[in-house]
Amino acid sequence: MHVVSFTRSTPDTAAKVWVNEEGKVSWGDVATVVNPWDEYSLEEAIVQAKNCAGEATVIAIGPEIHDDALKHSIAMGMTKALRIDEPGADTRDSLVWSALAAGAIKKLGNVELVIFGKESVDVATDQHSYQLARRLGWTMLSYVSNIIALDADTGTIRVEQMLEQGKRVLSARLPAVISVMKGINEPRYPNFLGIRKAAKARIPVWSAADMGIEAPVPATAVLAYHNPPVRAVATEIITGNDSAEKAAILAERLFEEKVL
Amino acid sequence: MSVYVWIETYSGRANPSSWEALAAAATLAENLESDLTTLVFGENARAIATEAGRFGATNAYICDDEVVNEYRLEAYAQLMTDLVKRHQPAFVLAVASSRSRELLASSAVDTESGLIAEATDLRLDRGRIIATRPAYAGKVSMEMTSNSATTYITVRGRAFQAPSKDANATVSLAEIQTALTMNDLSVEAEAFTDSAENVNLTDAAIIVSGGRGMANNPKAVPSDQDAVDPNVWKAKDGFENTLRPLASVLGAALGASRAAVDAGYISYEHQVGQTGKVVNPDLYIACGISGAIQHQAGMRGSKIIVAINKDAEAPIFKLARYGIVGNLYDVVPALTAALRRKLGS
Ligand SMILES: Cc1cc2nc3c(=O)[nH]c(=O)nc-3n(C[C@H](O)[C@H](O)[C@H](O)COP(=O)(O)OP(=O)(O)OC[C@H]3O[C@@H](n4cnc5c(N)ncnc54)[C@H](O)[C@@H]3O)c2cc1C
Ligand SMILES: Nc1ncnc2c1ncn2[C@@H]1O[C@H](COP(=O)(O)O)[C@@H](O)[C@H]1O
Repeated sequence: MHVVSFTRSTPDTAAKVWVNEEGKVSWGDVATVVNPWDEYSLEEAIVQAKNCAGEATVIAIGPEIHDDALKHSIAMGMTKALRIDEPGADTRDSLVWSALAAGAIKKLGNVELVIFGKESVDVATDQHSYQLARRLGWTMLSYVSNIIALDADTGTIRVEQMLEQGKRVLSARLPAVISVMKGINEPRYPNFLGIRKAAKARIPVWSAADMGIEAPVPATAVLAYHNPPVRAVATEIITGNDSAEKAAILAERLFEEKVL
Repeated sequence: MSVYVWIETYSGRANPSSWEALAAAATLAENLESDLTTLVFGENARAIATEAGRFGATNAYICDDEVVNEYRLEAYAQLMTDLVKRHQPAFVLAVASSRSRELLASSAVDTESGLIAEATDLRLDRGRIIATRPAYAGKVSMEMTSNSATTYITVRGRAFQAPSKDANATVSLAEIQTALTMNDLSVEAEAFTDSAENVNLTDAAIIVSGGRGMANNPKAVPSDQDAVDPNVWKAKDGFENTLRPLASVLGAALGASRAAVDAGYISYEHQVGQTGKVVNPDLYIACGISGAIQHQAGMRGSKIIVAINKDAEAPIFKLARYGIVGNLYDVVPALTAALRRKLGS
């Protein structure tokens, strides 16, 4: 079985992020990390591929900055990495993104399962997995909190899905695209051997033409990024003789704020 | 020209947050002088569509049969895509939820349309949509537009105010049919277990949250609980017997920091933050939470933040409108008692 996982680099969640004079998003020289939600999808791809004696490929779409996430994925144990880069294509548009992603899956040919993380921690759109599934005409299983069974021989998958209202058990035929939640596993840390392998890995880059598809046309466009207005909060530290007095004053304030 | 809104339903009832999407869509429809059409699929579709009429919808497409009786992505997407292909509405909106995200994204691919996720503000500039949405955990905001005939938009919960209800308003209903049968569906749902409790943090108007500080419960661990980690026992007891009573008095949902979730004090459904849920309540009460940047990412949008922490230097106080420096195990019960007296329950 060939399992694919998509990932990319995102700024460290602790980084200060702002819009610079050129109107671009900047996080200074803070290093990027693999999208934190994808630690779970990568771990799951590694484990599932291994259980089926298959291979696990990781793909990033976009410029060279994403090689960091790909190398991290190899260091964790993904078998090989691939980057899709179509110069000039605005991959922030999900139609463009999904067309390129579907092109890559079709060119790889023998993929039966694609595993995504729940969302990108930076833009948090939570849309790419669904659009890839739809383009491929594959079954989509979202918000998976447990893969109960994956059977390469019968081509079936059985998962637990976690929604706002509770949990469901779903079963489907492969090929499928799934997105997984935090908590599905304990992501591993790359070990020394993995890090060495990643350092040596050469990452092929495919363009739309390499995949035999047209460069897709975006429907959406980002007009501008803005720094949000600074929210000035005047903090009132409530003082009093004891907790009861402080609590009574706080209760009074909350009534005045009309939030109760 | 139309503006569509998908009304999410569950067990024959509308997700009340869907009315917020209806309000957002109503502004667009008014601007375009178009109708405001809801798509209501599933059990009780007719009654829900009628209710949507009271909230301002002028039209509705309804479908209620075996295949769409409960939410199924393939069946719902087929209905939505078919309507969009036939009528080319200017917009398809829904409130952002697990289901609407996958449904709108799928249908947008079917119709090669633009998709904008989690908008917090929408306006039309000479007919062109300008959507504002937060990015980078709210550290940056972005403005997006779309040039396709139809644009799909999910709106963030609690970003738009639900419309007021007019009990006499009427709506024009049209019934539609599914093209799929049960045999066409590739996913089989075997069982559904309701959450033991409905966490629903994203719709909550008030949230009471606990962090790692919950482990400093002064209560002694009972002798028959020797086998469990004392911190876990103490924190769990604190969530149940100290925070939950405050939440009950306020009708609030229970939240938590990742440190509390990862330590096993409470389940992941409760996690607020960058790798949990993003919430925007009117009131957020953080108890024993330091206010790490990743936690802030999930709750910074709260209208009033209250921090209860024994460390006066904790970063959470920088966000808080009101703070109490003290032991949460003294302050929270006192606050619960004070509020109970005032709210008279
Ligand atoms: C990629 C990534 C993603 C993350 N995502 C999230 C996320 O989604 N959500 C999240 O919350 N965190 C997230 N984190 C973790 C975050 O960095 C912090 O570690 C976490 O928020 C700390 O939780 P805490 O405030 O409960 O614990 P601490 O930082 O340990 O704070 C505990 C606080 O409790 C106070 N306290 C202790 N005892 C008492 C008492 N008796 N009374 C009153 N106060 C008391 C202490 O003074 C302290 O301020 C993420 C981290 C990373 C790297
Ligand atoms: N440019 C990209 N390349 C590879 N994977 C991506 C890219 N953008 C998003 N993803 C993945 O898609 C999933 C859903 O993210 P999103 O829809 O962006 O919130 C996550 O697993 C992301 O890592």
